[in-house]
Amino acid sequence: MVTAAARTARQIAAAVPDPELPMVTLADLGILRAVVTEGELVVVTITPTYSGCPALREIAHDLRHRLTQAGFTDVIVRTELAPAWSSDWITPQGRSKLRAAGIAPPGPARRRQAPPGPVPLTLTTTRREPVPCPRCGSADTTQTAAFSATACKALFRCEACREPFEYVKEI
Amino acid sequence: MTEDEFAAYQSLAQDTEDHRWAFGTGFTDPLEGVDASVPDGVDAAALAAYCLMLGDDALIYSHRLQQWMTRLPELEEETAIANIALDLLGQARMLLARAGLAEGAGRQEDRLAFFREENEFRNVRLVEALDADFAELTGRLLVFSAWRLALFGRLASSRDPVLSAITAKGVNELSYHRDYAAQWVIRLGDGTPLSHDKMQAALGTIWPLVDELFRADGVVAALPGVAADPRELRAEVDTVLDIVLATATLDRPEAAPMAQVAGKSGRDGVHTEAFGYVLAELQSLARAHPDATW
Repeated sequence: MVTAAARTARQIAAAVPDPELPMVTLADLGILRAVVTEGELVVVTITPTYSGCPALREIAHDLRHRLTQAGFTDVIVRTELAPAWSSDWITPQGRSKLRAAGIAPPGPARRRQAPPGPVPLTLTTTRREPVPCPRCGSADTTQTAAFSATACKALFRCEACREPFEYVKEI
Repeated sequence: MTEDEFAAYQSLAQDTEDHRWAFGTGFTDPLEGVDASVPDGVDAAALAAYCLMLGDDALIYSHRLQQWMTRLPELEEETAIANIALDLLGQARMLLARAGLAEGAGRQEDRLAFFREENEFRNVRLVEALDADFAELTGRLLVFSAWRLALFGRLASSRDPVLSAITAKGVNELSYHRDYAAQWVIRLGDGTPLSHDKMQAALGTIWPLVDELFRADGVVAALPGVAADPRELRAEVDTVLDIVLATATLDRPEAAPMAQVAGKSGRDGVHTEAFGYVLAELQSLARAHPDATW
């Protein structure tokens, strides 16, 4: 049975903004795995986007702070590594928020066949599916760098409106 | 120091719980909340030794890549190499933490990274040298990431659920690293005569260290179903390297493997001269202030 307290805890945890992409929440990003309450104890399970992601600790701190403010005296934040986070877990709402902030949301992640074989090599930066410009919508865009200011993004340039923009990599 | 400046340092301190990882900030458990028990029938000491090897590869290579910061030819390569180094540092932290937990002697990741001696490190010798130029950086990164990707692809189904989770995550990251390196090796190899020659020379420098990546290992033999036999990776890695080198119009170097010392190399704690220097830089701050917190 989902109690009112559990609902409240879930709402608070889901609304915590990502420290590096503050326009989206933990729920939008799909990194919130579970929120379980037992009396005044809350156990929140989150998952890292990338192995070295420095935001994870900030997120855990923010969760503890906000849930404590809301009256939960005992807050435990757990990390769950498997299955690994995929950009496919970003919700439709998260994608539109990213787009509105000028960041192109990710296309579908490359999936390996089962049983998993070798990861196919990609030797060009030409993409099968174009990344539309989040500002003008043009599909005429070019990747300028495979990595950006954070591990989760690449850099693009729109050839139509000439604006540079970031793209959340599919992973 | 003004009160405002002091407040900024205070916000980094342990008691505020506002942890940003760096040596001395007290954030030393990247596996917090992860069930780290060793599965039945798995040799815990061997598992610890194995995670240490894989963690040391990433830790030392990450540091070498970090040394490139502010020295790369373009801003875009700065962000790329910084992010690759960050991914590898993240992998190293989890693997060293896993090693410490499996070992059960209370050694945390910082203890393992900063307070072991040279001969206690188990990384392969490929990751030790400072790259002479950008061609050498991309060539070494190609070999390292193609090899590690093949290895992690197999470890994703390891019997140890923690190692399986760490490596499954790493596969996604390493795919980007390998493709980035491959694209540069092709641009340089199939570029101007000068870039071609520099790329070919860089491969000649790196190649003597490739053989060691595929050598049988006693620790691996003690971990059936948990570890992956390095010898079985060779075909997959060779296929990738052959495709990249052919596209880049480069020749596969005919280089004899670097000599071992009394039958020992990186995995046995026997390293190259370059290793002492990178380790000294990596460890000097922690060793100058052994129990510092800030």
